[in-house]
Amino acid sequence: MNGKALRSNTMRWRYFKQYVFFTLVRGSAALITLALGGLIFYIVYHGISAISWEFITQPPTHAMTKGGIMPAIIGTIYLTFGAIAVGLPLGIASAIYLTEYAKQGRIVRFLKVGINCLAGVPSVVFGLFGLGFFVIFLGFGSSILAGSLTLGFLILPTIIGASEEALKAVPQTFREASLSLGVSKWQTTYRIVLPNALPGILTGSILGIGRAAGETAPIMFTAAAYFTAKLPGSVFDEVMALPYHIYVLATAGTNIEATRPIQFGTVLVLVAVVLGIDLIAIVIRGYMRRNKRW
Amino acid sequence: MMNRRIKETLIKYLFFLFALVSVIVLGLIVFSLFREGLPIFQHTPVWDFLFGMEWYPTYDPPSFGIFPLIVGSVIVTLLAAVIAVPLGLLAAIYISEIAPKAVKEILKSVIELLAGLPSVVLGFFGMVVVAPWLQDTFDLPTGLNIVNASAILAIMAIPTISSISEDALYSVPREFKEASYALGATKFETIAKVIVPAALSGISTAIMLGMARAIGETMVVLMVAGGAAAIPESLFDSVRPMPASIAAEMGETPYRSPHYHALFATGMVLFFMTLAFNLIADYVSHKFKQTGSATL
Repeated sequence: MNGKALRSNTMRWRYFKQYVFFTLVRGSAALITLALGGLIFYIVYHGISAISWEFITQPPTHAMTKGGIMPAIIGTIYLTFGAIAVGLPLGIASAIYLTEYAKQGRIVRFLKVGINCLAGVPSVVFGLFGLGFFVIFLGFGSSILAGSLTLGFLILPTIIGASEEALKAVPQTFREASLSLGVSKWQTTYRIVLPNALPGILTGSILGIGRAAGETAPIMFTAAAYFTAKLPGSVFDEVMALPYHIYVLATAGTNIEATRPIQFGTVLVLVAVVLGIDLIAIVIRGYMRRNKRW
Repeated sequence: MMNRRIKETLIKYLFFLFALVSVIVLGLIVFSLFREGLPIFQHTPVWDFLFGMEWYPTYDPPSFGIFPLIVGSVIVTLLAAVIAVPLGLLAAIYISEIAPKAVKEILKSVIELLAGLPSVVLGFFGMVVVAPWLQDTFDLPTGLNIVNASAILAIMAIPTISSISEDALYSVPREFKEASYALGATKFETIAKVIVPAALSGISTAIMLGMARAIGETMVVLMVAGGAAAIPESLFDSVRPMPASIAAEMGETPYRSPHYHALFATGMVLFFMTLAFNLIADYVSHKFKQTGSATL
């Protein structure tokens, strides 16, 4: 065999390896897309028949084997807004300190490690924390207040991350121009940096908000009720919530097989709410990136 | 002027306090877990708690040995990693190196949406779809087992692994690739021998964080792992990982009973395991910071 043929053989072998690898890589990407698509299709396919006006606007009846899921929808809305009220201001303020005020060094490093560790705390441990601290130690009882605080701290690291990124994306020249006019640091931050970063902060935070709406374990012991027909009257009341309702019906309902349609319907509503929120954020973000003013 | 300086300083410290909240919450989490969890060690010594083989919290007398729960958590996490690491990493390589721009954007959104799926929905899917399928196909007594839980956990870990790896791959300097191509390497050789090694610290961080997510995930293992508190003998056995035990039993246990304290102590163990994963991930990403072209 002469040198030329040998060389072309090794070349062929090298490209063959590349071909196999690329196929694997494309296959993985396809598999992940298929998993998401298949899941959503399956849920819509089985859930859509349960959805009706009554399903969304009526409370459950007949020991939760019939009727709708209205109290759970309302409860999830309350808890999600509560979580936003806790997490968003704290998250934005933390990010302002980290990007605008702090000097890189030990303190920032310490804060960042803390935030990363908080982001990694398992959701069930958040539930235990909510139970031990808000429900028992502070005496809030199982309530909207305790659940919102727990969820708010759960999404805090996500909001800090999103806000930091948005604040960093505001060009340094904006700050310099403002400071050179004699404007104080705080006024610069408040009047120049924050308004320019706000759209980015909000879209980034929406992804965290979707998480708050969908979490189950943190509210199990802090806010969620198995069943309440009446709507909450104050922040110290328990509420039903969509994720917990799914769990209860699927594992401990009075008749698990017979309530399958209700379960699928509730899953569909929850997925539509959470992925809807996420999708809106993704679309707005894409739009903003394309129409950047600077 | 003095007044303004004081005001500015006050504002700075105010924001510092806000930034401190995350660390304070972390402290409060530890405080709550210890306050409600430590009393169990008057009932059961630490060693017996951690390595006891019997978890019979409602027997008389009860026994609180969480070793089977720890084994359950570790095994579903490892198997989930076996599935999720290759898939997540390959998807990241596809997104950052190979995919055309339009496909790339779509795939990134897909992964973000996958990350957004509520865990209870995935758990439900595992119960209603995967479990009956496994049971029929492999002729098992139950489809709620390690394999099922790991597969669903993998779906939850893939977005974490993929998005963080992709960031790491993306930030490998262009010059590295160009130098490799200039030497006549194929695209595959460049990826395998230049880009991936250069991004290795970021990729390890991604894997650690993905595993931390899997080990702490609750609803999936609660609904899908089967709930048997025993050391499994095969991958088709049921297990009861720590989060599942906490979530399932906390609602039914009397306030401040030994069982209640034992569940908080289990939460402590879980917390410190995930904390270790996170700190290692943080250490790796800082210690082995990716080399930029300037540092060569």
